[in-house]
Amino acid sequence: MRLFTPYDVTKESDMLMPLEFTRANRLMHVDKTYKAEITNIIRLTEMEKLFHIRIINEEERARFSFLPGQFVMLELPGYGEVPISISGSPSNRGYIELCIRKAGIVTSILHKARRGAKVGIRGPFGNSFPMEKMKGNNILLIAGGLGMAPLRAPLFYVTENRSEYQDVHILYGTRTPDQLLFTYQYDEWKRIDDINLQIIVEKPDITWSGKVGMITKLLDELPIKPLETYAIVCGPPVMFKFVCNRLRQFGIPMHRMFVSLERRMHCGMGKCCRCNIGSTFICVDGPVFDYWSVLNLKEAI
Amino acid sequence: MLFRIIKKEDFKTFVNLMLQTTEVIAPKFIKNNAKGKPIHQFLPISNYDEMVLDYEKCEFSAKTYFLPYKNTLSTFHMKDHDWTQEIQYRIQPRAIFGLHPCDINALVRLDKVFARDFYPNPYYISRRKNTFIVGIDHLPCDDGFCHAINANHITHGFDLFLTDLGDRYFVKINSDRAFMAISEVPIQEITDEDTKDYLAVRKQISQSYKVSVKTDDLPNLLDIEFESKVWKKWGDKCLNCGTCAMVCPTCYCYGVTERVSMDHSTGKKIAYLYSCNLLDFAMVAGGHNFRPNQETRLKYRYYHQHRGFVESYGEPMCVGCNRCGRSCLAGIDPVNVIRDLHEEEKL
Repeated sequence: MRLFTPYDVTKESDMLMPLEFTRANRLMHVDKTYKAEITNIIRLTEMEKLFHIRIINEEERARFSFLPGQFVMLELPGYGEVPISISGSPSNRGYIELCIRKAGIVTSILHKARRGAKVGIRGPFGNSFPMEKMKGNNILLIAGGLGMAPLRAPLFYVTENRSEYQDVHILYGTRTPDQLLFTYQYDEWKRIDDINLQIIVEKPDITWSGKVGMITKLLDELPIKPLETYAIVCGPPVMFKFVCNRLRQFGIPMHRMFVSLERRMHCGMGKCCRCNIGSTFICVDGPVFDYWSVLNLKEAI
Repeated sequence: MLFRIIKKEDFKTFVNLMLQTTEVIAPKFIKNNAKGKPIHQFLPISNYDEMVLDYEKCEFSAKTYFLPYKNTLSTFHMKDHDWTQEIQYRIQPRAIFGLHPCDINALVRLDKVFARDFYPNPYYISRRKNTFIVGIDHLPCDDGFCHAINANHITHGFDLFLTDLGDRYFVKINSDRAFMAISEVPIQEITDEDTKDYLAVRKQISQSYKVSVKTDDLPNLLDIEFESKVWKKWGDKCLNCGTCAMVCPTCYCYGVTERVSMDHSTGKKIAYLYSCNLLDFAMVAGGHNFRPNQETRLKYRYYHQHRGFVESYGEPMCVGCNRCGRSCLAGIDPVNVIRDLHEEEKL
C-alpha cells in the first residue's frame, strides 16, 4: 500500500497553459526549445555573421513575437546554449535575425554551421526598450562596435513607425573601418526622411575618408533638445559611462537614456543567478535599464 | 494544522510502513570526525534503526534531493542532421525524515524562487511535490544562528513535524496526505498534559540558543558597507572552492553544460549546481570577467543572501544553519563576517 500518491507535474492543469515564454505565463516545459532552421547566413565582417533563423513548426512560429531589446537563448544541441539579442524587426514574423560574433565555444561552432542546420530557440526573454513611451520625441540611437546588433531592433521599429517620432540620429562608432556592421544598409537608412546617420572610427585605414575619433565626438555636433529626446545606448560597458555622462551634460534626464547590459546567462528565467547583480537579474529585470537604475546597480558597468 | 500524539513504537511502525513502498531518506550516522563528534548525512535508509533523529546537524543539507548537484534537463537524440528533444521529470515518491526547522525553512525559500515566482520550474516542483517531509524539533546546535535570522520556527512547507516528548512525539500534521498516511498507525488526540510538555520543550529550545548576532539591519548595512575593508579581509582568505554553496541549504545557482555521447547519437543538457565564489562565475565569451576579484565574489554571495533576496522576497535567503562556516576550509564564518560589518559601522 502506498502511503501517498505520486504527483505527475505534467498533469497539473495550470502548468499546461500554452507554451509562451512570457514571464506572466505559467509554462510547462521551461527547457523545451523551439526547433528552428538557419535559412540564411550573411557575412558581415570576419568575426560577425547575421543568421536568419526560422522556427519550423508553424504554430510555434505564429506564437513567437518579441519587442525591441529582448533576447533569445540559442541552443546548439550537444554544444550549449547562449543568450543572443535579437537584431531584426519585431514586425518580421517570418524569421528571426541574430547578429553573432565568433567569441566562445558555441558561437565558434555556429560560425561553421551551414544553411539548413537545425538549432533550438527559447524565448524571447527580458524586458524591452520603451518604444511606445518614446513616441513624439527625438531619438538618439548610439552604438559602439557589436552594440549595433541589439540597436538594430529599435532602429527597425523607428523606421517602420517613422511618422510617430521626430528627428532620429544614429551615431555609430567602431575601432577600425573593417569592424563596421551592416555597411550595406547605410545607404537605405540615410535616405529615410530626417534620419541622420553619423559614423566614426577610432583607427582609420588608408581607405577611410569619414570621421575619426571617439563616439562622444559625434555628440558635440548635434542639436540636442534635452527634454524632447530619448537616447538608446548599446555597446561595450566602458562606452556607457562616457556617452551617458556626456548626454547628462546636455541636460538629458537619466531616465531618458537606456542601455542594454550584457552578462553570463544559463537559463534566461531568473533561476541560475549567473547574471545576478545584488537583487537584480539582468535576464528578467533587464537587459534594458535606464541610466539611473544602472548607477544604482553596484558595479554594473 | 492538526495536532496529534504518536507513541514512539507506533512511529517506528509508520517508518517501516513507509519503507515498504517509498524511498526513505533520513539522517544516518557515518562515523566520528577527528574530534570524536559523530558525522551525520541525509542518506537512503533500509530500516528504522539506521535513522538517527537526535542528530546535531548534517554536514550537507537535504537540498540535493530537490536540486541535485547534477540534473539532466533534457536529452537530445541526433539523427540525419536533425534532432529531437526529450524532457523527463523525476516523479518517484520519496520521504525525508528528520529535517530541522532551518532545513524546512530553506525549502520554503527555494519554493519562492522555483515554485511561486514567474517561470515556475517543473524539475523542482515535481521533486518537491513527490517528497514527503517529516521534520523534527531539536536543541540548538553550537554554531547556528537561525534564531537571529528568524528561521527557527516553521509554519508550513512540511507534511509532519515532530517534537520529542520523551516516550512519545507531539505531531503537527500539515497536509491531507500526511493525515491519511499517519492514520494508518494508532495516533491519539492531544491532552492538556501533552500541550504542557510540548510548551516546556519549546521553552527549553528557545532558551538554549548559543550564538548571538544582529542581522535585521543587514540589507541596509550591506549597501552602505559595499566598499568596506571587511570584504578585502575575508576575501583574501577565500580559496574560491565553492564548498559554502555546496553545503548551503538555499544556494541554488547553477550552470548548464552539454555533453555528447562518443558516437554523436545523443547529447545531454545537464545543470550542475554552481557557486558564485568560483572564478568563472560571471565570465563571458571573449574572456571578460564581471567579478574578477575573490573579495567581490565573496561580497556578492552575502549581498544576494542578505540583501538581494530580501528585496525580492521580503526575507533573507540565509537560514542561519552555519554549514558554510563549519565546512569552510579557510575559516570564513558568516557570524564573524556579519559582526565585522557591524564593527565597521561603529568606526
